[in-house]
Amino acid sequence: MTIQAMTAQEVTMKVFNKEELFIVDVRNESDFKDWKIEGENFEHINTPYFELLDGVEEMIKEIPTHKEVLVVCAKEGSSVMVAEMLSDYGVDVFYLKGGMKAWSEHIEPVKVGDLDDGGEMYQFVRVGKGCLSYMVVSDGEAAVIDATRMTDIYLDFAISKGAKITNVFDTHLHADHISGGRTIAEKTGAAYWLPPKDATEVTFDYSPLEDGHDVVIGNTTISIAALYSPGHTIGSTSFVVGNKFLLSGDILFIDSIGRPDLAGMAEDWVGDLRETLYERYRQLSEELIVLPAHFMIIDELNEDGSVSERLGTLFTNNHGLRIENETEFRHLVTENLPPQPHAFQEIREVNMGKISPDLEQQREMEIGPNRCAVR
Amino acid sequence: MESFNVLDAKGLACPMPIVKTKKAIGEMETGQVLEIHTTDKGAKSDLSAWAKSGGHELVKHEEDNGVFTFWIKKG
Repeated sequence: MTIQAMTAQEVTMKVFNKEELFIVDVRNESDFKDWKIEGENFEHINTPYFELLDGVEEMIKEIPTHKEVLVVCAKEGSSVMVAEMLSDYGVDVFYLKGGMKAWSEHIEPVKVGDLDDGGEMYQFVRVGKGCLSYMVVSDGEAAVIDATRMTDIYLDFAISKGAKITNVFDTHLHADHISGGRTIAEKTGAAYWLPPKDATEVTFDYSPLEDGHDVVIGNTTISIAALYSPGHTIGSTSFVVGNKFLLSGDILFIDSIGRPDLAGMAEDWVGDLRETLYERYRQLSEELIVLPAHFMIIDELNEDGSVSERLGTLFTNNHGLRIENETEFRHLVTENLPPQPHAFQEIREVNMGKISPDLEQQREMEIGPNRCAVR
Repeated sequence: MESFNVLDAKGLACPMPIVKTKKAIGEMETGQVLEIHTTDKGAKSDLSAWAKSGGHELVKHEEDNGVFTFWIKKG
């Protein structure tokens, strides 16, 4: 029977469209437990490829005949081998092109809304890792926020919109993924804005982003207003774009809130996190649409694959915003935290410009989920 | 450590390092040690998991300049 490649983009569309898929993950058990391809109607079995070298006879009875079957491994090679073995048993089967490495890197741009005067807001969904970045396009100019290291997608997207990238922002010093902000700024001549309190150790020049600072994109005055909102990191800054969107960085997510421990300062920053979520954000309009820098679970995706919600709705539905008792809040964000992101210390050092690993090492560092949230 | 056999799997991508390891181990006697050289980073966790599930023992491993060396004792 036939073997075909399925691309990370095709899998992404199945996630967005809530299609069915039967995934045969042939990575080792610990990698599978740590991180896998999630979709509302995806089913998984996990048998490491090295246990299938003598044949797939044992496994064949578990494979459904009425669903598409996708074999997945770390890089691709083993999934092709297993797909061939399954195919010998008469199964039509796909393998994931580029493996989990490609899955981690795939990014899908989704339009989240219009701004006044013709501006547009796009969200770049990195489905495999749960990272979200943004582009504001207005009148031939563009701003990029929380870019990933896959910088071509932003550069090409801006060109396709006939816009020049003039400003690049990071809401904070990221610990879960390598920022593409500096590279984009270098390639386009754009200003690279960082919150100075997160940038004390960086080895390059940047434009300091401070509370109340306003950057205008295009002639149509789409303003990007910085709002100091510490808690995930000491410098964490949110943006209110065009009085319509709240880019909340790693402070507030749809179904969770930011964790304060990734720079080793959980006890010190928990008060800041509480003040940001329970005081600073409460002063904003409840009509703002929250656009976070991550999602943690696939349920947080909207119908079109985007991740967004009204601030007022989050005040009602997000558990992390409804903890009256301060001690209880402190417990939630400092105890029983999920494991920290893979290689997060090294990733912070890359983002500070202290180390410059090659592409292969960068990929390796970023493998796995983002884990920036607590629920 | 005295190795019965040395397997050069450098430059090979997954699944080949394990496919070759399995074959080499299959031709050895219980208690003999196979030394494997690979440049595939993923081989580390996979080889240890494979050895464990097959009843073999990963005696030692080293990394030097991008080359991973494993010593597996046949169980």
